[in-house]
Amino acid sequence: MATLSPTLASGDLTSGRLPKFTVPVAIVASLALGYVLASVLGGGNLALATLLAFVIYLVGIEIAARIVEGARQASDHRARNLIVGAFVLALVPLGSVSWEAISKGLARFDATYFSNSMRNVVGEGGGAAHAIYGTLWVTGMASLISVPIGLMTAIYLAEYGGRNRLSKAITFFVDVMTGVPSIVAGLFAYALMSLVFGPGTKNGFSGAIALSVLMIPVVVRSCEELLRLVPNELREASYALGVPKWVTIVRVVIPTAVSGLVSGIILAVARVIGETAPLLIAAGFTASVNNNLFANPMMTLPVFVYDSYAHPGTDIQAYTDRAWAGALTLILIVMVLNLVGRLIARRFAPKTGR
Amino acid sequence: MTDTPTGQQDTAVGGPAQPVAGLTGRRRPGEAVFRGVATGAGILILLILMLVAGFLVFQGSPALFADPAKLASQGYGEFAAWVLPYAFGTVWAAVLALALAVPVAIGIALFISHYAPRRLAQPLGYVIDLLAAVPSVVFGLWGSLVLAPAVFPLYKWLNENMGWFPLFSGRYSGTGRTILTAAIVLATMVLPIVTSLCREVFLQAPRLHEEAALALGATRWEMIKMAVLPFARPGIIAAVMLGLGRALGETMAVTMVLSGTRNITFLLLTSENPNTIAATIAQNFPEASGLKTSQLIAAGLVLFLITLVVNMIARWIVARRAEYSGAN
Repeated sequence: MATLSPTLASGDLTSGRLPKFTVPVAIVASLALGYVLASVLGGGNLALATLLAFVIYLVGIEIAARIVEGARQASDHRARNLIVGAFVLALVPLGSVSWEAISKGLARFDATYFSNSMRNVVGEGGGAAHAIYGTLWVTGMASLISVPIGLMTAIYLAEYGGRNRLSKAITFFVDVMTGVPSIVAGLFAYALMSLVFGPGTKNGFSGAIALSVLMIPVVVRSCEELLRLVPNELREASYALGVPKWVTIVRVVIPTAVSGLVSGIILAVARVIGETAPLLIAAGFTASVNNNLFANPMMTLPVFVYDSYAHPGTDIQAYTDRAWAGALTLILIVMVLNLVGRLIARRFAPKTGR
Repeated sequence: MTDTPTGQQDTAVGGPAQPVAGLTGRRRPGEAVFRGVATGAGILILLILMLVAGFLVFQGSPALFADPAKLASQGYGEFAAWVLPYAFGTVWAAVLALALAVPVAIGIALFISHYAPRRLAQPLGYVIDLLAAVPSVVFGLWGSLVLAPAVFPLYKWLNENMGWFPLFSGRYSGTGRTILTAAIVLATMVLPIVTSLCREVFLQAPRLHEEAALALGATRWEMIKMAVLPFARPGIIAAVMLGLGRALGETMAVTMVLSGTRNITFLLLTSENPNTIAATIAQNFPEASGLKTSQLIAAGLVLFLITLVVNMIARWIVARRAEYSGAN
């Protein structure tokens, strides 16, 4: 076990191994050393300490492995450490965002926030009721537009298209549409509205159109994939009973895939509900509740967060607090939608007949 | 409810009376309507995309073809000269973000596909996907209020001790809100896409090659270098291009973190940062009118074209790979 003898030639297949306790001991030692060094160098900065500890750990393991196990094993250790390090590094922003949103958002996460609008509010108080209504209206309308179009397109691609030229073109352009920058979708909705209702028209419906441009490709993609998962035997059994194709689709194919379709649509909603840039362009700002999609600007939650941050009044803290509360609300909405979507997908799992 | 009776009636009518017509489904109005609606939805999507391009060209054209003197007085100035620094900023921020994100993403993808215990791989994938669920405006808020103050000491140190390196030279910004901070936020946002695409490709690496490498005595890293990475290279490139497409079009992170100016500079730590097209549109659109609106829309068109080209290249690589990976 503890053959710590450096006599064996490096690169030898039968060379020694580092004892099992090396890794935990090295982690503890390098953490301690990192914190000591950081407190000497940079006044105990936590991030600096962790970074130093990681570097010390990397170098320490490298040297130990090179002496005991040889160069090949040492580079294996190095790769493993860097890869695990990359994963841990990615958790840092996730943890930090969640922590900051919760700790700073809770300050204004109260009843007033959800019942009041910003009408006639200058400093403290006020809330995001107008923005929450707006988000519900705009996202609801966007879903109302996107789901039928997206679902029917998916049905066309999966059931009717085969590999003909039109379906190839649609698949290609759905891919292109996935890459449309969100702000360009907003500009499109704005340009469309300006042409139809006169320049400068900003309303909730315009925002819904912008979101639809972003949502349709997501719906098409996920629905098509699910419809293709429905086993062909079910369709053939239905045809054999003399059921027309479209009734087969409506009564057999869609019910089989329904849980996946619902979850795909929910995930698509979750994707667009946090979109800011297109709504900033297309739906505009307001401080009051507006429940009419077709007249006057409509505030939405992401735009509210941006607006509170970018245009604070005299009492900056009040605006920042509201922005964080809005961010927390948004994160919660998106997380709940994601969770519900995945739960539906798993709970009412695909009845693929396997 | 009403579907079934009509459907049954149709079969009843089309069945015995004219069996041939019934079999080909020509005599079923319900079928024709349904098929028509489905086809129509598909064509509508093509139409929408054409409209997006058409409207942008139409509304942006006043700025594209206007007299330069008129643009200077009523707009933001001559179009090409005006948009070029922003186009540079867009590409520069996206490239920086990718340079930061790709090594980490490949690491995470390898961790999930080849290092993590089997049982944990799926949940860990979900955890990374959670990053994709956080709305961009929240990342913007986090980037400017949390990340910028946090990285400021690092920037100061880099500037004072490594100022000889061209990218770190200049006078460091007093707020930490520089293009590098924006790039870090962008990197965080594209990380999940690049990771999930890479992960998928890594999992497709031929199992027999991996086992052969291990059987010959390769360490796990040597196995990955010899069997996984060469196989995955086109997939990684495609993932990077798709991530680039996403980073180019991302608005809020840059809008909220940077107070960008219109200049071309590679310096990372100063307070004079190039702005991106998307951020410029978001910052100026609410107050713009007339020719300025047109000019911003035309800038949007430029952004659309840049992302279109990048995405096309990515799709082309994916398609090409799909062709020859069938042989494996």
